[in-house]
Amino acid sequence: MDWPILSLSIWVPIFAGVLVLCTGGDQNARLARWLALFGSIAAFLVTLPLYTHFNMMDGGFQFQEGHRWITSFNINYHLGVDGLAVPLIILTSFTTVIVVIAGWEVIEKRVAQYMAAFLIMSGLMIGVFAALDAILYYMFWEAMLIPMFLVIGIWGGPNRVYATIKFFLYTFIGSLLMLVAFIYLYHQSNSFELVDYYQLPLSFKAQILIFLAFFMAFAVKVPMWPVHTWLPDAHVEAPTGGSVVLAAIALKLGGYSFLRFAMPIAPDAAHYLSGFMITLSLIAVVYIALVALVQKDMKKLIAYSSISHMGFVTLGFFIFNPLGMEGAIVQMISHGFVSSAMFLSVGVLYDRMHSRQIADYGGVVNTMPTFAAFAVLFGMANAGLPGTSGFVGEFMVILGALQANFWFAFLASTTLILGAAYTLWMVKRVFYGEIGNAHVAALKDLNRREFFILSVLAVLVIGFGVYPHPITEMTHATVNNLLAHLAQSKLL
Amino acid sequence: MTDMQTIYLLIPLLPLVAATIVGLFGRMLPRAAAHWLTIAGVAGAFALSVVVFNDVLQGRVFNGTVYTWLTSGDTSFEVGFLIDRLTAVMMLVVTFVSLMVHVYTIGYMAEDPGYSRFFSYISLFTFSMLMLVMSNNFMQLFFGWEAVGLVSYLLIGFWYTRPTAIYANLKAFLVNRVGDFGFLLGIAMVLYFFGSLDYAAVFSIAPQFADATVSIIPNTEWSLLTVICILLFIGAMGKSAQVPLHVWLPDSMEGPTPISALIHAATMVTAGIFMVARMSPLFEMSTTALSTVMVIGAITALFMGFLGIIQNDIKRVVAYSTLSQLGYMTVALGASAYSVAIFHLMTHAFFKALLFLAAGSVIMGMHHDQDIRNMGGLRKYMKITWITSLIGSLALIGTPLLSGFYSKDSIIEAVKLSHIPGSGFAYFAVLAGVFVTAFYSFRMYFLVFHGKERWMEKTAHAHDHHDAHADDDHDHDEHHHGLGPHDKPHESPWVVTLPLIALAIPSLVIGYIAIGPMLYGHFFDGVIFVDTEAHPVMHELAHHFHGAGAMALHALTSLPFIFALAGVVLSWFFYMKRPDIPAAIQKRCGWLYRLMENKYGFDTFNEKVFAGGSRFLGGKLWGIGDVKLIDGYLVNGTARLIGRISGIIRHLQSGLIYHYAFAMIIGVFLLLSLFMKV
Repeated sequence: MDWPILSLSIWVPIFAGVLVLCTGGDQNARLARWLALFGSIAAFLVTLPLYTHFNMMDGGFQFQEGHRWITSFNINYHLGVDGLAVPLIILTSFTTVIVVIAGWEVIEKRVAQYMAAFLIMSGLMIGVFAALDAILYYMFWEAMLIPMFLVIGIWGGPNRVYATIKFFLYTFIGSLLMLVAFIYLYHQSNSFELVDYYQLPLSFKAQILIFLAFFMAFAVKVPMWPVHTWLPDAHVEAPTGGSVVLAAIALKLGGYSFLRFAMPIAPDAAHYLSGFMITLSLIAVVYIALVALVQKDMKKLIAYSSISHMGFVTLGFFIFNPLGMEGAIVQMISHGFVSSAMFLSVGVLYDRMHSRQIADYGGVVNTMPTFAAFAVLFGMANAGLPGTSGFVGEFMVILGALQANFWFAFLASTTLILGAAYTLWMVKRVFYGEIGNAHVAALKDLNRREFFILSVLAVLVIGFGVYPHPITEMTHATVNNLLAHLAQSKLL
Repeated sequence: MTDMQTIYLLIPLLPLVAATIVGLFGRMLPRAAAHWLTIAGVAGAFALSVVVFNDVLQGRVFNGTVYTWLTSGDTSFEVGFLIDRLTAVMMLVVTFVSLMVHVYTIGYMAEDPGYSRFFSYISLFTFSMLMLVMSNNFMQLFFGWEAVGLVSYLLIGFWYTRPTAIYANLKAFLVNRVGDFGFLLGIAMVLYFFGSLDYAAVFSIAPQFADATVSIIPNTEWSLLTVICILLFIGAMGKSAQVPLHVWLPDSMEGPTPISALIHAATMVTAGIFMVARMSPLFEMSTTALSTVMVIGAITALFMGFLGIIQNDIKRVVAYSTLSQLGYMTVALGASAYSVAIFHLMTHAFFKALLFLAAGSVIMGMHHDQDIRNMGGLRKYMKITWITSLIGSLALIGTPLLSGFYSKDSIIEAVKLSHIPGSGFAYFAVLAGVFVTAFYSFRMYFLVFHGKERWMEKTAHAHDHHDAHADDDHDHDEHHHGLGPHDKPHESPWVVTLPLIALAIPSLVIGYIAIGPMLYGHFFDGVIFVDTEAHPVMHELAHHFHGAGAMALHALTSLPFIFALAGVVLSWFFYMKRPDIPAAIQKRCGWLYRLMENKYGFDTFNEKVFAGGSRFLGGKLWGIGDVKLIDGYLVNGTARLIGRISGIIRHLQSGLIYHYAFAMIIGVFLLLSLFMKV
């Protein structure tokens, strides 16, 4: 392929976003919507060659592009992807299409700006996944905060100011330490190239400090316990599309970056601190699941469930075996679909009743049978039922965790019970039973647009549950490479 | 792909395709299309299962992969089939009972608005169950395991407006998940130590680990195989409803009766039994695990039987009877008599499905009244239901020559010969269980089919507190509740009675036909593995066996037969002759009655300790951990701290030139003095 696919993947959505912005005010909302739809579909299509032309045997970086950018500091526009980044990039461009359709008639004010924010954000996040230059990466990483900040701040709920500031400060303060780490690494290697960092020997103390600096940035994003409290607030206030992108992709930036930066740059520190990381992960799995159980707000419940599921991702990373690591990657992809679907489902209800409180519902199945069928399916996927994508990652991580320590697997497996408990208890209270009140009685079942997006997600959730091979096939060589790299000490 | 492989693939796929079509387009299709499509799918699966059964009888075994699910590291997870005699027996039982239930449903659910949904679910169940029994590896086993759990969840909550139904289905799912928790850990241990999830590979490697130990708790050494087997068995305890994970099964009766027959009696609940039999090469290496299995089974067999005595809901009597019979199968597994467990699984599938479907027929005849105290004398009005129920009950209590006799007597004999720890207690339990079984079975039988026609006079105890759980909500149904004062019970339509007859035939004869080849022939050679030296039970049983006829004749003088007879006679005396006696006992032993009425307190305990405890803990972790500590002190506290500090620093920016000039002079002075010193 001669086309600069990665550049296209990044800049097509950003360009489309700018174009959508140019439509101006809400008198052109129709145009803005269609333009956004075509832009997002085009952006999705340009990422597909990443899958079709990917060399599954190669665990290194592919589709590389390099241009000199700021020569005085040796900063390059260097892009490249491996089996870890490609699925996440395709997930990002796909989710953007979903988000555009999901916001179609729901967003009535500042339509162009809303759609543009998501398109631009999509390009920036793909940039994060594709950048191989530390400064380029850092710029994408920080830049994507801006559209997200705007989405929650402008189209968000009543308490959006508190939520956005909390979200912004939490993530921003973490990121600053990462910048410090990059500057230190630059001084050691005179380069911002990621591949140079991989080969750079570092003292144990330096590794620990670098790892902790990265940890501050990434743990907030994942989010790991105890720096997770921004997420439920952000989710509750964000519009449906914002929640979808937040859960499906933004959280994965953190997980991805652990594998891309923190662990390979400081492998000895990663091993040394693995007990600490595993502890935090298991706390997330168990503690957060219990917290999810008592939530009264559907979005908060799903937000906590996301944190609990992300615990599996970090757990899988730090047990250092192929099952755990691949399971964690599968879990990231699957969570992208399942959490999107869950948040979209809440959106379907919220658009009709303007409430997210579980207590305001009851017996929705009587008036929305088709929707209830979807909700039960996604609920089951969230509870990790085999045959849905939600099962695959959890299963692999649990199998992997047992190889590290029986009790890791034991604690992680509690999700089988707790995950089912909080998800299905919510399903029961919202969907089953007699019609709860007059508002529920007046509900109308899914419209065609809603039916379409939930069907697409349902097909993916079941498809990857029955046949997850395409994901692991992609990540296989990359994970092997990474584990081999992590097994070697980089001490000075 | 050979012809046989195509057949293997078609057997689960036919019901799946039917379920998918009916599930997705059910509302657009006419009702008849829903049942014809699914019945065609299941009938096809049954017919092909017969072909497969004949094929394995020739001694053929198939073990192969259908597709690779995923690979990770060196581990490859595959979807594949293992078709041997154990599988073939299960396939026949599953597809046959499922077919009968499909036909029966046409009559039973005729007026239900969820008609096509119901057919879609039971076909999906058939698919899942077939995938479970046909699996050649642990991963797919777990798949099927959870998939049948899902369908069970959907079907228990089929009438989703009933509060009791949606309580019961959540409870069933969660309790099963507790079992799956252990099961999954067991599977993870298998993968870790044996390096594969493929049955054949695991069974061939496992003997090398016979003496291996693991220390899960530091400074303790446990036998690896014991740990693995017990973890796997915890899964079986959930699915096959063994104490203390049995609590979901009685409540599952909230689902429509056809699925109580199919899922909660004949097939799904026996998945645990099947699984342990399949894992016989592993369990044989741990006598400790076998002892555990036996004791748990014995407790279930006896104590759940007791609860059957005090039930007044016709379905709950049969449900407790199912629990008790599952206990018998589990005891057989513990005694290393795996083939006997599978044999009882098969006979039980027929007569218990029959009893459930007959109960459903009675319920229809009684216009959806399930309280046996309102019945009586039904034999005059429902001839076929009456005769088939009698056959089912006689088979259940172990009447010589009937199917249940051969399987249950073999279990009792096997336990008698077993010498592993716990076998003494188990023998007592299964023997006493015979009396209990006969007593509750015929209590129900007499109260329903004989005696006074009490539906004329029923008013008082129809909504008695005891059955509030089961009774109070049938008026949500499309049907009205119970018979009116001048109504008479009526026999059910042929789609209902035909399955009853079709199930009554194997309930009568299958034991006589199958015992010889299945238990003492070489039917399960190479499939079920028994360490004859350590656990010689089956070997010794074979010595005592001189044909099915001789066994029946010999039984007439044996303890189980006398116990069963005593149970029948006593129930007749108590409930037909002197109904004042049980009433007096109930009054005299109030504490015992209350203990049994509360089902030994398991439900209360779970509700308070586990459900309440989790909610309490979750609430505290959230309120104190997240809201107060992390957000209150750390996050907002930091914000406040910064606010306070900047409040102080703000005073420096007074805007007065002379403040700044003063600060500058001080600063210059300090810097100078610092540099001067050097």
